[in-house]
Amino acid sequence: MEQYSAAEKIYELFSEKALALGIPEPVLVIAAYAIPCLVVINLIQGAAGMLTYAERKISADIQNRIGANRVGPFGLIQFLADGVKLFLKEDIIPDAADRKLFKLAPYIVLSSTVLAAIVVPFGGSFIVADLNIGLIFIIVVSSLLVVGFLMSGWASNNKWALLGGIRSAAQIISYEIPTALSLLCIVLITGTFSLQETVMSQGLWPWQWFIFHNPFSFVAFFIFFVSALAEMNRTPFDFPEAESELVSGYNVEYSGMRFSIFFIAEYGSIFIISGLAAAVFLGGGNIGLDPYESPLHMQLLMVGVFFAKTVPLCLVIIWVRWSMPRLRIDQMLTMCWKYFIPIAFACLVATAIWLLVFNGNGIFWRMPAP
Amino acid sequence: MGKIEEYTVKRDADRTDLKLNMGPQHPATHGVLRLELDLDGEIIRKCTPHIGYLHRGTEKLGEDRTYISALPLTDRLDYIASMNNNIGYCVAVEKLFGIEAPERAKYIRTMCAELGRISSHLLWLATHALDIGAMTVFLYAFRERAMIMEMFEKLTGARLTVSYPRIGGVRNDVTQEFIDRAHAFADEFPTHMEEYETLIDQNRIWLKRTKGIGIITADEAINWGLSGPMIRGSGIAYDIRKHEPYDAYKDVEFEVPIGTEGDVYDRYRVRMIELRQSALIIKQCVEKLPRGAILDPNAPKFTLPPKERVMTDMESLIHQFVLITKGPMTAQEGEVYVATELPKGEFGYYFVSDGSGKPYRMRLRAPSFVHASVLPLMCEGGLIADVIANIGTLDIVLGECDR
Repeated sequence: MEQYSAAEKIYELFSEKALALGIPEPVLVIAAYAIPCLVVINLIQGAAGMLTYAERKISADIQNRIGANRVGPFGLIQFLADGVKLFLKEDIIPDAADRKLFKLAPYIVLSSTVLAAIVVPFGGSFIVADLNIGLIFIIVVSSLLVVGFLMSGWASNNKWALLGGIRSAAQIISYEIPTALSLLCIVLITGTFSLQETVMSQGLWPWQWFIFHNPFSFVAFFIFFVSALAEMNRTPFDFPEAESELVSGYNVEYSGMRFSIFFIAEYGSIFIISGLAAAVFLGGGNIGLDPYESPLHMQLLMVGVFFAKTVPLCLVIIWVRWSMPRLRIDQMLTMCWKYFIPIAFACLVATAIWLLVFNGNGIFWRMPAP
Repeated sequence: MGKIEEYTVKRDADRTDLKLNMGPQHPATHGVLRLELDLDGEIIRKCTPHIGYLHRGTEKLGEDRTYISALPLTDRLDYIASMNNNIGYCVAVEKLFGIEAPERAKYIRTMCAELGRISSHLLWLATHALDIGAMTVFLYAFRERAMIMEMFEKLTGARLTVSYPRIGGVRNDVTQEFIDRAHAFADEFPTHMEEYETLIDQNRIWLKRTKGIGIITADEAINWGLSGPMIRGSGIAYDIRKHEPYDAYKDVEFEVPIGTEGDVYDRYRVRMIELRQSALIIKQCVEKLPRGAILDPNAPKFTLPPKERVMTDMESLIHQFVLITKGPMTAQEGEVYVATELPKGEFGYYFVSDGSGKPYRMRLRAPSFVHASVLPLMCEGGLIADVIANIGTLDIVLGECDR
């Protein structure tokens, strides 16, 4: 089966006309790749904006408040007002800060989120690039976060920020391991790192999803979800910013647009991680049809299915934040090294044995005929 | 190449990598407490509290004011529980002057003191949970605190700095509406308590963050002079309301909860049970509230006559003039120390009187001041996150600590 990325499809659609108009091919190729990239960047920002709104509203509901209701209907475009406000704020760089690193850090954090979005299959053929190392790619780029956090912590020349940066390094690097191990359980089943193929080998119904493939993948899903919470610094693992301990942690010296970039990255990564969990464990946008051959309306339905699985996961992440206290850094690292990594390893080995014993089949899921 | 050893970092107990200044501007230091932390990584090697950022010289100011006009100063000490400060002050001055408030006033005071205690403990619960990261408890606790604030507003005209009790009684009689509201509040309060406890009481993360943290043994608690929930959390049932009852506390029944381990969780439990007990006391006060005067017959010596009588009556005019300029002149020479049980602990008023209308010396024994000194004991060897939990469990108010 031939697979395309969105860029290739765009290229195919327009190449004849464009070449006839005399546009040189390299320009066309770059344009074909730039369009989906821009779409994804905007998608991340839009998702981040809507998630901040959701966070306001959900936290308000949980805490017996009303929440944002002034800007737009039901306060829906509050996030735009926030964005404008942050954009107009004075951009302060502390005198003693390392200016270059200070300016660079937010973009590294953001780029990690946006890069991860490249390989997330949004349903149908809507994927920027279906890399055959998709899962590895996503794990690698999400480690970039550490660089950004450490950089911002160091460059701020503030002790709180430094502590936040160092905490994030300890935390994100530790939790990378269970995250990757739990994803590997699924890689064992599918035999591919490509996310689109992972989605396509699942089905419409819950028993065709990999979360219910075998008991160990079920455990792996929860390990993945909790580790991912830790990896993106959400409560109960929000140590790098822990506002009651480290004031605001790594971003304490940031203001205005740079500050908001950190936040776009944070909320963007909530969306990405939820999307990844939905794609790998919950069948993504699969409705039992071939994503490339189906007509457009079915493809849009797939996108709808993908979002129907992603959004509840995002909401769970927000829900957890407003109902849980914060762990302590050593307790969290203990949890990772003593429990999560051994359990994730056990799941990996057990999945391998399961596949060996049952000839690659799950409880309900059947190995497709070669 | 022989220099490698020079660069090898020796890890010993005294090693500190980082000196961190926590406060006075820090979201979790409850005002303007400043802690100087010597850190090894995130481990606290040395913790030095610095206080005094909110010093307003209340003790000295008290010497310059008559016994009557010093009352509003006490509002600003523990501003979370100003009602309890006022009551403590009045009880102390009453003892100095040898007068006693009538029964009805005592019951009203007890009721208000317990409302103040609930209000203070709710603020403690809200901020303590917020510091540990449970943000939702904050707003739930403040919902009930607002009810108390509204009740105080109805009764006294002020929400925070009430200045309601008077020497020898209270300012206004309670209305039927206030009594009804207080009773209804005390009735429904335990259900609200269950809401808070659902959120944190058995939460695994909450238990991990509070159990075994900031342990103070019973001996240490006595040696450091702790009081209130701090000493009760360590297993010593010391409550001034029981041991030296003032106001109506001898007539109401309540339990004094104690902890076993002396850690943050025990003190949390102690305060939670105290909240329930306070609600019970309010109920009893409402039910037993006697009829009668709200001011001692001698109290006119301490209260200004009505304005219209000042304008028409010579006696009243002289009376007002003397009270304003010289204060109540009937104090015995000598000294008096009266401690009352504030939400934070034992708050003592010590007066030295020279027979004039102003105290010769006014000394305040502030529980927050004593409790702040125990911070190094609790924090050293712990992590930064534990410092936050420990400050929360102390329940200090810097207005009272710095005076």
